[in-house]
Amino acid sequence: MNSWDDLLAALPDLRAAALAIRDPLLSDVIALVETPAPTGHEEARADRLAARLTEAGADVGGVDEQRNVVAVLPGIEGARTLLVAAPLDALDIPDAQREVQLGRDELIGPFVGDNAIALAAMAALPTLLDRAQIRLRSNLLLIAAAGSLGRGNFAGLRHALASSRWTPALGWCLESVQLGRLNYAATGLVRGEIRCALPPDYDWAQYGASGTILPMADIIERMGRIPLSQRPLSTLVLGSIRGGISHSNIARETTLCFEARSESADELRRIRSAIEDIVEDAAARSGQQVSLDVAAWRDPGALDIGHPLVRRGRAILQALGISPMLYPTTSQLGALLDRGVPGITLGLTSGRRRSDLDEVDEAVSISALATGLTQLVAHLVAADLELTP
Amino acid sequence: MTATASSARPWDAERVARWLRDNTYHHSRFADLDRLVRLKREQGRTVSLCLPTLNEERTIGKEILLLRAELMQRHPLLDEIVVMDSGSTDHTREIAAEWGARVCLASEVLPGVESRRGKGENLWKALYQCEGDIIVYVDADIRNVHPRFAYALLGPLLERPDIEYVKAFYDRPIEVVPGVRTSGGGRVTELLVRPMFSLFVPELAALIQPLSGEYAARRSMLETLPFPIGYGVEVAHLLDIYHRRGLDALAQVDLDQRVHRNQPLDALGRMAFGILQVMFDRLHRYGHLAQRPPISSVMRQFSVHGEGGYQPVEYRLAEEERPPIITVPEYRARFGRPPPTPSEP
Repeated sequence: MNSWDDLLAALPDLRAAALAIRDPLLSDVIALVETPAPTGHEEARADRLAARLTEAGADVGGVDEQRNVVAVLPGIEGARTLLVAAPLDALDIPDAQREVQLGRDELIGPFVGDNAIALAAMAALPTLLDRAQIRLRSNLLLIAAAGSLGRGNFAGLRHALASSRWTPALGWCLESVQLGRLNYAATGLVRGEIRCALPPDYDWAQYGASGTILPMADIIERMGRIPLSQRPLSTLVLGSIRGGISHSNIARETTLCFEARSESADELRRIRSAIEDIVEDAAARSGQQVSLDVAAWRDPGALDIGHPLVRRGRAILQALGISPMLYPTTSQLGALLDRGVPGITLGLTSGRRRSDLDEVDEAVSISALATGLTQLVAHLVAADLELTP
Repeated sequence: MTATASSARPWDAERVARWLRDNTYHHSRFADLDRLVRLKREQGRTVSLCLPTLNEERTIGKEILLLRAELMQRHPLLDEIVVMDSGSTDHTREIAAEWGARVCLASEVLPGVESRRGKGENLWKALYQCEGDIIVYVDADIRNVHPRFAYALLGPLLERPDIEYVKAFYDRPIEVVPGVRTSGGGRVTELLVRPMFSLFVPELAALIQPLSGEYAARRSMLETLPFPIGYGVEVAHLLDIYHRRGLDALAQVDLDQRVHRNQPLDALGRMAFGILQVMFDRLHRYGHLAQRPPISSVMRQFSVHGEGGYQPVEYRLAEEERPPIITVPEYRARFGRPPPTPSEP
């Protein structure tokens, strides 16, 4: 394969290879969904994945102290290293809900799209390249990264990159959905928890005592009035709130989890500062213990839109008949860019929530997955041979 | 099949303990799939997996995909997967075909034979459709299906030529005291089948879950067995094989957990009725009723000790009777009753 046109001409063969590994790949997706991996406790899933990568012929360094799985497929020359990373952890759910259903062209189950397909696809790469009869000149470094969610703050991927003896020249972060996404910018974010608790000397006998929910409601109302810029784009997500145990008991503690995102580091600092002011003021006014715990902080970062990774990405998607979707992401890309590794985030298939109200079950397309895998292999071959459109 | 004198052997604690030790396995023993594939090839055996279905669209696709990907594509242990459908009205057959199973509608198999409905009917017709020397039957409603549901049942048959029939058991229960757990089957097993076995065929009470829908057997044995068309098929198999070949022809494998639909009580009642019919038929055939052996007063259940040690727990449950209280002089004196005449009970 000597040119970009050769690569495009080979896309149908790559797709055929992807279709040929469909069943083992889906089998791995199901096994991964059914193996719990809450952030900080990813060992069981890591062991399963390490076994699968070893079976596929990769050199697996085992599970490291951060519970990452790091594997390498040595290249013919090995002068450069290409990195593919996928998140290992998933939100925790009861075992009884951990069930996957297979329809004619849909895989339905808890967090199938976030992010079991990406993980299984990464583990399938050695088999897929073999099936497509592709041997890369570059080393292929595969990282299943623990600690990607919530307070994890990409601790796994950061650790793996810092401690690896390979320095990736380029990187791809995999997300299960949506096929067509081409994220070349990482949104900065601050992720935190505001905790409102009753003081030790709280007067329980006081008539009309309202506990911690009302002060938290006041905080939320004031957070809603923080100005958010449209350009650079900034957003504030109030993700969850918990507190209290019944209709009538006074809530002793209420916790709000939030995430502020911005394309600008200055904007992010301004939002964080505004939230800190609200928290301090609320503590002073209510006489309750109000605290802000910043669980994660990430600076924004981006490749130039003209970077070869982005140009290739657009051309490959268009050749596959898919319109590229370019937007900033909060995925693991930020950890790559922080480390100075040029990278992008790709989606592998199309998906949806099982229903509007369902926060756990996701449904993903099986047929679209072959296209997503074709895209990924085309990226690796193009980067390996330094082909440009 | 001809009726013979009672061939049930009396309870022999040592023999049953040996059987529990030698013929009861944990699935992890067979996790080296390459070894099983090698054994299968050396013996020149072929293996068919049969999934009997009736409206299983929720679980069938995943079950076929997992078993096919792991046991046909990654490790060529199975030669075919056959879905024998009783006439599903949902998308069971379409989904099964999509994921690579050979799908048969039971009513269209052996058209020259009068068609009947029932799980046993499907299993019987599967013998005609499947081509393997060994048949593995796995229920299609398993929500936590894993390749071990098939390969662990094949293991004993590939390792030991003396074993004819391998039964699954699962759901190793909660520890009651440290290191010891009670063990057992579902409601019909514990309320009907095990007490009946304890009374009439005590050695078979050592089967932890005699009604489990997952089992594997050699064609050479299955083709000689009658198949009740309904729920009694599993009990009939056990009784027939036991009376022909003894306990040593049977084995059981612990598959750990199995999550499936829970049957409502009325359905279990119908199941129990079908099983009772088959049981009494076999007890009559094998002479247990005619000989009227002494009714045993020992009920045997099983507990798990540590990892994999199964031990019978015996309960002496003699249902002794008191005479009518009117035969007691003190009673008659207190209430002024006359002595009963001889014709009164």
